[in-house]
Amino acid sequence: MSKQNPDKDLSARAGASGIQKVLRHRLFFPLLCLALVLLANVAKTPNFFAVSINNGVLYGYIVDVVNRASELVILAIGMTLATAASGGQDISVGAVMAVSAAVCCQILSGGEVSVTSFQNPLVLAVSASLAASALCGAFNGFLVARLRIQPMVATLILFTAGRGVAQLITAGQITYIRVSAYKTAGGYIPGVPIPVPIFFAIGTAVIVALLLRFTALRLFVEAAGVNSSAARLVGLGSARVVFVTYVICGFLAGLAGFVASSRIYSADANNIGLYLEMDAILAVALGGNILGGGRFSLAGSVIGAFTIQSLSTTLYAMNISADQLPVYKAAAVIAIITLQSDVFRGFIRNPRIKNITGSIVFSKKETQT
Amino acid sequence: MRFKKVLCVLLTAAVMTGLAACSGGRQPSPAPADNSAGASAAADNTDGLIVVGFSQVGAESDWRTANTKSMQETFTADNGYKLIFDDAQQKQDNQITAIRNFIQQEVDYIVLAPIGETGWDTVLKEAKDAGIPVIIVDRMIDVSDDSLFTCWVGSDFRKEGDIAVAWMETALAGKEKVNIVHLQGTIGSSAQIGRSEGLEAGVSANSGWELIAQQTGEFTQAKGQEVMESILKQNSQIDLVYCENDNMAFGAIDAIEAAGKTAGINGDIVIISFDATHAGLAMTLEGKINYNVECNPLHGPRVEKLIQQLQAGQTPEKLAYVEETAFDAATITQADIDARAY
Repeated sequence: MSKQNPDKDLSARAGASGIQKVLRHRLFFPLLCLALVLLANVAKTPNFFAVSINNGVLYGYIVDVVNRASELVILAIGMTLATAASGGQDISVGAVMAVSAAVCCQILSGGEVSVTSFQNPLVLAVSASLAASALCGAFNGFLVARLRIQPMVATLILFTAGRGVAQLITAGQITYIRVSAYKTAGGYIPGVPIPVPIFFAIGTAVIVALLLRFTALRLFVEAAGVNSSAARLVGLGSARVVFVTYVICGFLAGLAGFVASSRIYSADANNIGLYLEMDAILAVALGGNILGGGRFSLAGSVIGAFTIQSLSTTLYAMNISADQLPVYKAAAVIAIITLQSDVFRGFIRNPRIKNITGSIVFSKKETQT
Repeated sequence: MRFKKVLCVLLTAAVMTGLAACSGGRQPSPAPADNSAGASAAADNTDGLIVVGFSQVGAESDWRTANTKSMQETFTADNGYKLIFDDAQQKQDNQITAIRNFIQQEVDYIVLAPIGETGWDTVLKEAKDAGIPVIIVDRMIDVSDDSLFTCWVGSDFRKEGDIAVAWMETALAGKEKVNIVHLQGTIGSSAQIGRSEGLEAGVSANSGWELIAQQTGEFTQAKGQEVMESILKQNSQIDLVYCENDNMAFGAIDAIEAAGKTAGINGDIVIISFDATHAGLAMTLEGKINYNVECNPLHGPRVEKLIQQLQAGQTPEKLAYVEETAFDAATITQADIDARAY
């Protein structure tokens, strides 16, 4: 049941008013949550939405949210595909980010700990780091698709080993690339007021969305996710589809790692992308996607990613002390997932349903006793 | 099929550049190099040398590498020592195994840089029963019985905080009001606790100082930058940023400059930092960090002094602190940076 689109069942009913149509849109609740988190700021920080040009670039909280969410958006897109096709999550993406950053910086530095000029061409370093992360994705994909290991267990290997590999590549050091050209991907292009990471996020979203729209990728992924045996029976290589989604997921993790590394012009193998895999999974879930695979909404995951970053920025803006930060974050996440739960959604869409489910539960209890 | 083609291309590209990555990435790592060789050579061929077994956490930072080097340079055959070095690669199990090996090899002293505080009781009891003195360096351990280790050598983080506050008191003297931003390390780490205590004591002692923002940057450059970005938007007047390590200071300076302000000696905002790593001192020389308090990783000489005391039959102090200095942007020279190995 959960793998079917609830919209269709409901829209079959006649007489749906405009408001109900909005309520029933699959992106309504993810957007509502994002709006709530953002609006909560206005009480404490009235100028939260104010955007000004400072020092030739856009400046404001809302710019921070969009800018800082970029890596998470990229990760969430890859995670959505892997989740939809395999019904499991790739928990190694944070570690793969570290591997990608380590490969990129180590090639650029030519083995030095800190350099002020590129030792090797940037193009070579970036393509090598993206290829290395795609290779990590292929490794995960092989385990999941060919050996049929549960995704979380299969990707646990790189989750554990990835940072070690990254440490090995950088010889346990933080490699610094103090070249202004390297800072561009995490900073600004001269004369353009929009932070560059936003372009990476938009670019990824657009390319993947176009792929989904103009190729059969979406159909394949959803078919593999809904019922892989059935998909195979109609002649679709489910294993291949799953494999490809993991390669894409790894590749995008590498891209996110490159952007994160460019922000701090270094490869900090211990900290780049730390715990980001959890945020990426949460983003997919907040976007209204089912973590068990099947139909998916890319836009939902992107909205989910922005929701998580707005939450972090909000907590900083509200000046909550560091030791209490995790508690507030957890409370907010609980509120958001409650808002998005099927029971709550059902209640909002049709309050009478609550009575029906209530009576069913009641009657069940009665029969048991 | 389209998928097959895509797959082939991706895989080929991945394998090719994976190879490139390997060849580019293989670096000689000085720390674990003499690990297995030293351990297997054991203690039988000592020629009257004092045998010291050193279990190191790993090689996770420049600081750690410098710490290892300091030990290796102090305990040389020329100085009358034989050092058996073990790199635990961030795993307590490996450290416990290493200590058991040291006991079996009947080393004269065990030096332990523990990865965490707890879980040392059993193995240290074995060392005590074998009559081998244990010297703890860097982090402190939490054991039921203090006699399980002979002494401890490390940094006095509270004192580091006090050194910074003392400098602030002179440098900011005459200013009526000072708005301070405090970027804390990972909450609960001993470096964070000591350095935060130092600043908080300073803020309550100086009536003009106000702590306008206090947030954790988790000792990383990325978080330091992100948090500072947010703090800059809330507060128009910031006079000083107290960063609990160099990496967060780098992030904070980037955020300040992105906001169109300047940091450092001729800038709008005074920057205080800790650790005084090579990169941190370079920033201090550049004038972007006003004052950088050292966190000294050179534990070797201090440990040697303790071993000499023990050899002479004396009882050393239970807790020994390494000497630490600080670097002022106004007086630092290139020679200070060149002298820094980490």
